[in-house]
Amino acid sequence: MPVIAARSVHKSFGEFEAVRGVDFEVARGEFFGFLGPNGAGKSSLMRMIGCVSPVTSGELRIFDLDPNVDGAAIRSRMGVVPQTDNLDQELTLLENLVMYGRYFDIPRRECRDRARELLEFVQLADRADSRVEPLSGGMKRRLTIARSLMNRPELLLLDEPTTGLDPQARHVLWERLYRLKEQGVTLALTTHYMDEAEQLCDRLVVMDRGRIVAEGTPRGLIVEHSTREVLELRLLSTTPDDIAERLAPIGERVEVLPDRVLVYAHDGEAALASVHQLGIEPLASLVRRSSLEDVFLRLTGRSLVE
Amino acid sequence: MSATAVDDTITAPALRVVPGTLRGAGRMVERSILVYRRTWLIIVSGFFEPLFYLLSIRIGFGALVGDVQTPNGPVDYAVFVAPALMASSAMNGAVYDSTMNIFFKLKHARLYETVLSTPLGPSAVAIGEITWALMRGVLYSVAFLGCMAALGMVISWWALLALPACVLIGLAFASAGMAVTTYMRGWNDFEFIPAATLPMFVLSATFYPVSSYGGLSWVVQLSPLYHGVALVRAACLGEGSWGLLGHVTVLAVMTVIGLRVASRRIGTLLLT
Repeated sequence: MPVIAARSVHKSFGEFEAVRGVDFEVARGEFFGFLGPNGAGKSSLMRMIGCVSPVTSGELRIFDLDPNVDGAAIRSRMGVVPQTDNLDQELTLLENLVMYGRYFDIPRRECRDRARELLEFVQLADRADSRVEPLSGGMKRRLTIARSLMNRPELLLLDEPTTGLDPQARHVLWERLYRLKEQGVTLALTTHYMDEAEQLCDRLVVMDRGRIVAEGTPRGLIVEHSTREVLELRLLSTTPDDIAERLAPIGERVEVLPDRVLVYAHDGEAALASVHQLGIEPLASLVRRSSLEDVFLRLTGRSLVE
Repeated sequence: MSATAVDDTITAPALRVVPGTLRGAGRMVERSILVYRRTWLIIVSGFFEPLFYLLSIRIGFGALVGDVQTPNGPVDYAVFVAPALMASSAMNGAVYDSTMNIFFKLKHARLYETVLSTPLGPSAVAIGEITWALMRGVLYSVAFLGCMAALGMVISWWALLALPACVLIGLAFASAGMAVTTYMRGWNDFEFIPAATLPMFVLSATFYPVSSYGGLSWVVQLSPLYHGVALVRAACLGEGSWGLLGHVTVLAVMTVIGLRVASRRIGTLLLT
């Protein structure tokens, strides 16, 4: 039985349709990703799964329960890391965790034990009695994750957990999330960072304008929707209009972006040699492996982070 | 918001007081205690207000005004006014707690958003926050009554009944205040609150018996505070009558409507 099962789930706010019929299933123990640009409907979907936003139409089941009927029961088995930190500014780090555990009706002593353990887990034990306010962004995020684990959730929802963090803080966070997965927690994460999705997710869906446009493993999506390698070219300040036509025979596909041209080819170096043969001299060139960014570009015609 | 049966269950089972809701409300109170344990000075400062109030009428203009005629005979003006000040203070405390404090937690600290992602629901939040406001209110009312006794303004043991009367005033105004707060768009809107409470303070038979308002006494009846003043004054002067039940009813109805609207609105605002 899947942990989350969605069938043609819709969410509207008045006239605006944020989620326009999505279907997916998340299996127990899976690390599942929702990838898409801002406004793709990821957060709306997460709030519905979190049972704090009613489903407009369609069927959503979590732990085989209906959020509209058993919201409290579902929430008691789930951890939530919201997009923006909403830690309790009037309490210390330790109190934040203890109090959160109390909302789940966990005995006080047990709360304190778990809180100490989790502060250790997110490497904040030495700040236990400090207030939340002076913490760095990365620390707040880690505290929010610790908080979401107070009720030992079977399912953890993370809404853009690393947005705004520096690379080092992101890696610390990723490592903690891996550890949770090893412990058997099911994780569902939204992100607009490709590398994050590629690193973390077993399986993901690509969302655009309220719809799912592709689904699969990160590797599988790349194989299916892109070539093995990509040649990136930076040309003169003004890109000639006919460049796509001239480059077309070289790769399987050519994308002209405002600042660069992407040539999708099985062998990037060979493609670059062909470019030179055509007498085109780029200012700079780069051969790289295809990523989910390319998948997204292919599927939607737009780059992911604008 | 669409009004399907499904939406109703997830948003606000307004006032469906099930054991889980009460337990959840208890958790909200627990949090407030945790927070105020550190800022107990703020609570202590609240005790000085009644003292200054009462001193001003005892040694101030109370000395200039003669006795006031009541159904049970004439009483000293200070004895007449003190219960009304006690009732007003219960109102002010409840309004402050349920407007400024709640708005801050709703819009800025986003506390309720956090709480609603746990098994707690909007009713638990509303009841819990109002309960805390009441607990503070009781503390201040006890202090107020203590000051009155110390300054010789209590003439009957029935005055102890002023405490439950003040709880009822607090309950009614905290519920209504919280309901109103959920409609506030920004801090500017709080200007409207004294615009409502100040006229009530003056026009609730606070400083004169209701009979002295003459043909306008029906206006006084419209003020919810008047019903609170009537209860507290009756208790302090030891004047029991069946008519008091009417005042109790007004405040009880205000509580029920306020709580219902507040928990509905918290649901509508946060569970979209």
